[in-house]
Amino acid sequence: MNTAYEKIINDLAPKKFSWRGKIWVAFLVAVVLVGLYSYVQQIRYGLVITGMRDYALWGIYISNFVFFVAVSLVGSLITAILRLSDVHWSTPLTRIAEIIAVAAIIMAGIAIILDMGRPDRVINLFLHGRLQSPIIWDVVVISTYLVLSVLFLYYPLLPDFTILSKYFDNNTRLNKWYRVLSLNWTGNEKQTKIYSRSIKVLSVLIIPVAFAIHTVTAWLFETTYRPGWDSTNFGPYFVAGAFVAGSSAVIVVMYILRKMYKLENYITDHHFDLMGKILVMLSLLYLYFNINEYLMPIYKSTEEEATHLRSLFTGEYAWLFWVVIIGGLVIPVIIMVFRGGRKPFPLFIVSLTVMVCAWWKRYLIVIPTLSHPFLPIQGVPESWHHYKPTWMEWSITFATLAMAMLIITFLVRFLPIVPIQETAEERGLIEGHQTQHS
Amino acid sequence: MEKEKNSNQKSRRNFVEQGLKFGLLTAASGALLAKVFGRSENPESAETVELMSTDGTLMQVPASAVSHTHESKSAYNPREGFPNRKFVMVVDLAKCRNAKKCQSSCNKNHYITGENAWIKIYKMQDSEKSAPYWQPTLCQHCDEPACVKVCPVDATFKRRDGIVLIDNNRCIGCRFCMAACPYSVRVFNWSDPWQGEAVEQAEYSPDYAGVPSQKGTVDKCDFCPHMIDKGELPHCVSACPNDVFSFGDMYEDTVTNGSGQSFKLSKLLKDRAGYRLMESLGTEPSVYYLPPSDRIVDFEEGLKNYTEFQSVDKPQEP
Ligand code: SF4
Ligand code: SF4
Repeated sequence: MNTAYEKIINDLAPKKFSWRGKIWVAFLVAVVLVGLYSYVQQIRYGLVITGMRDYALWGIYISNFVFFVAVSLVGSLITAILRLSDVHWSTPLTRIAEIIAVAAIIMAGIAIILDMGRPDRVINLFLHGRLQSPIIWDVVVISTYLVLSVLFLYYPLLPDFTILSKYFDNNTRLNKWYRVLSLNWTGNEKQTKIYSRSIKVLSVLIIPVAFAIHTVTAWLFETTYRPGWDSTNFGPYFVAGAFVAGSSAVIVVMYILRKMYKLENYITDHHFDLMGKILVMLSLLYLYFNINEYLMPIYKSTEEEATHLRSLFTGEYAWLFWVVIIGGLVIPVIIMVFRGGRKPFPLFIVSLTVMVCAWWKRYLIVIPTLSHPFLPIQGVPESWHHYKPTWMEWSITFATLAMAMLIITFLVRFLPIVPIQETAEERGLIEGHQTQHS
Repeated sequence: MEKEKNSNQKSRRNFVEQGLKFGLLTAASGALLAKVFGRSENPESAETVELMSTDGTLMQVPASAVSHTHESKSAYNPREGFPNRKFVMVVDLAKCRNAKKCQSSCNKNHYITGENAWIKIYKMQDSEKSAPYWQPTLCQHCDEPACVKVCPVDATFKRRDGIVLIDNNRCIGCRFCMAACPYSVRVFNWSDPWQGEAVEQAEYSPDYAGVPSQKGTVDKCDFCPHMIDKGELPHCVSACPNDVFSFGDMYEDTVTNGSGQSFKLSKLLKDRAGYRLMESLGTEPSVYYLPPSDRIVDFEEGLKNYTEFQSVDKPQEP
């Protein structure tokens, strides 16, 4: 034991909420409560409280669901892919990524239930599930991913729990909890062997599952005949977009946490620089898929595709479409190419923009297609021709976003944001062989 | 699926041919057919029943030679459908003048209270220079139904007699089937349907859609198995004053219109160049359309009935 090591523990051990933290939590709880009120109305009166109708049959609940699934993918990227490729600079970010992944995938599961007309019959998915249906595939892969993500968050925490239980030896409650959670981790040879092997296995397992969750989510749309969804490009297009959304979420969260918890020593400018580079690369990849997705159909301009694409390029959705593509992808890439653009604050702003645009991008994927069916829309009220989310629908959607942030906030309250053990090891403060799991 | 259908059809044909050879026709479905013609005589009291053979000739058969396999709902499973039948509909676009009687009859008999009727009569025009026409559109009861394929809980299902139904007691309201159906025929109960006590108390069975409808689940045209079961034609078919619709059995190769005239299906489709909607999608609809050529009706006439933003008559709010 040395003082540098103790300082690390001191710096990284979870801390009570500051007054700012408390206000933040209160704010999130308030948003969730408003959403809860709206949801009770939805249960009582049905989905009529939303702006959805027979043509715009899916709305922001579904696009929000796709957004959550997208964000959750980042856990596998930062933790598994970088871990397997022996990249060490990302160690301080692994837990943030994993926390975001867990929060997002939980909320994805809840978001899809919010959209159901008969949530009281969720159980039918298990009683009468049919393997032919992409929804069942989604249920299977999302629950698998949830389990894997939780394990992937939990396993690397074992050494830290032991450390924390010692650190909080004057607080009986915390001490006990951390001890229980640490599963009697002592770091002996047998434990470390199982430990590093499990993490390796998990890292390998989680990658295909992560790809699967978003590919299957893309297939929910792709399995229909609708112009705009009927595309063989959809799987990789969704996965690429997901990495963009997830990485920008990590950058946003790491900036805020670094500021709030004064972690400048652990999450350095260098980390922002590298994350910025990753985001540039991913955004370019996503742009490439976007070009494929839009350029070829408009070149051919079959009647149906052309109607759909015209509404995006010059019609009803043009404004949103171009803000999302130019403001949410092109300009951010240009900014981030410069070193100055990858400094923490500018990168934070850029990532926040990218993330908000990523949310709206899902809106643009889900909604416009539905207003261009094959047969004309006739014999329904005028208002059914256009989709306009109601305030209740928005409040429920915001509640899910607030819930996700609440989960992140609470996990951050009780878990070390930056892995203590791994950081200490990498700095050579304690013996390194214990948790070599790269 | 396809194979099974063919072999079914073949064995049925053999059966009928053999029956004819012996001068005896005992097909139970034949009796039902006679009823579908709207000339149902009581086999006990009448001497003979009129039946149509597969080549379209009418013949008199002793009533005693005809037996019934099913009379009532209890005799068949609503999930399985009527045995040895394959229902089909023909819509003659040349006759449609947008009278909308099919729609109002369907709305009434299925107690539709939402905004969106299950049958819609679209004002169509395929290209700028071609003539406009009216196209009544209902569930096409596809043989490769996109809606059934995607339903996660088997709430939407395909029966052996070709009818696609919804089990509203099982539907979870995910609306995936609505997204999947290329014909936009599915409607959702966004709120409580408020159909009145009598309907709401009625015993639910998937083969009488809309009785009662349920909040948060999907509805659509059911091809009226509850009418077929009584030996009658679907509501829209009998309500149409212009005989636009004909309904019948593919295996028997016969369809009957609202006035009781019967046609040989294969001949009708050949003579009039029948087609199905969006054939290229591979959904294999059970509804055939006859093109709006040589029209005796005036398209303009239908315009006075055309309501772009309404398909269900709403009672005035109290
Ligand atoms: S028309 Fe639509 S709802 Fe009807 S069977 Fe075909 S896909 Fe299903
Ligand atoms: S809305 Fe109902 S019938 Fe349609 S796919 Fe979902 S569960 Fe099946």
